[in-house]
Amino acid sequence: MAAAQLLSDVSAFEAKFKVLEKVSFRGETTLVVERDAITEICRFAKEQLGYTMLLDISGIDHFGDEPRFELAYELYQFERGDHLRLKISISEDALEVPSVVCVWATANWHEREAFDMYGIRFRGHPDLRRILMWDGYPFFPLRKDFPLAGKPSNMPDVAFSKAAPLEGGPFVTMPSTATAKDREPRARGE
Amino acid sequence: MTEVGAIASYDSKIEGNVIVTRLDSAINWMRKNSLWPMPMGLACCAIELMAAASSRFDIARFGAEVMRFSPRQSDVMIVAGTVTYKMALAVKRIWDQMAEPKWCIAMGACASSGGMYRSYAVLQGIDQLIPVDVYISGCPPRPEALIEGLLRLQRKIDTEHSFLAQKKDLLASLS
Repeated sequence: MAAAQLLSDVSAFEAKFKVLEKVSFRGETTLVVERDAITEICRFAKEQLGYTMLLDISGIDHFGDEPRFELAYELYQFERGDHLRLKISISEDALEVPSVVCVWATANWHEREAFDMYGIRFRGHPDLRRILMWDGYPFFPLRKDFPLAGKPSNMPDVAFSKAAPLEGGPFVTMPSTATAKDREPRARGE
Repeated sequence: MTEVGAIASYDSKIEGNVIVTRLDSAINWMRKNSLWPMPMGLACCAIELMAAASSRFDIARFGAEVMRFSPRQSDVMIVAGTVTYKMALAVKRIWDQMAEPKWCIAMGACASSGGMYRSYAVLQGIDQLIPVDVYISGCPPRPEALIEGLLRLQRKIDTEHSFLAQKKDLLASLS
């Protein structure tokens, strides 16, 4: 019954907004929608269909593809326990999407995180600052072209960062076909 | 009044209350036996730090039980846990607010070297920002290891010549 209700929600979306793609996989429903209509779509989902909770906003980087970025909005309906995922694509040339903070207050920190990690800007966000990295950090670390070790940066009198050493040291294992016992770095020097 | 020509003899009323020592030794003795820690608990090492302060291990035995959450009142900062770049700013600020003399213990692998977090987000050792006196290995170290670190810090404090150094500076400025 819950599934039937979810299907009727999907057709309600299709009747009111342009749905670019509809994916159903292992009981998870994903709707790809238009970027500029995301605020209205989210308001409709919350006020008309009862998706009162925004679980998460996650960014996705398809480095090398166009459009490069995607945002996934995870919605939750308490009465039936339904999940709904909304997706929008964002081109690297126009890295700005409408904010949904006016719909769910919790989107504030989720959008700040997406901005911090991917550099996606949210139009209408009340306080778009970095949330995990320090203010003034010049990079967006979850992008695919950013190395895990980080890049050196320096803001005089505020903060600096250095690239972390990724080879050597007791906590780094090397890729090889040897057994775990032989790969174990503590055993190597002994 | 002693008689003229009498041999100076042991006076129990005075001798029992007088200790002869060097000023530096007395200062060091006082400092090392009342180390007030600033618990900079950032990750799981902080749990071991709490255990070290609790009844089973009891760092009160070594005069370090008075955890001060005000940097103005603490002597030794125990950096217990992963220092992210974002938190590093706060750690440095609190360190700068602590009054001299002050010491720092880097507790555990993360605070000493970044540990297993070889990542853009983690400072690779708190010694890149503030001077560290004692490093404690372990992930996390057991409370015994922290106690050993405290004792080593006490030994280090015992070798300082703070007054002697001032006296030398004074004599040099006078001559």
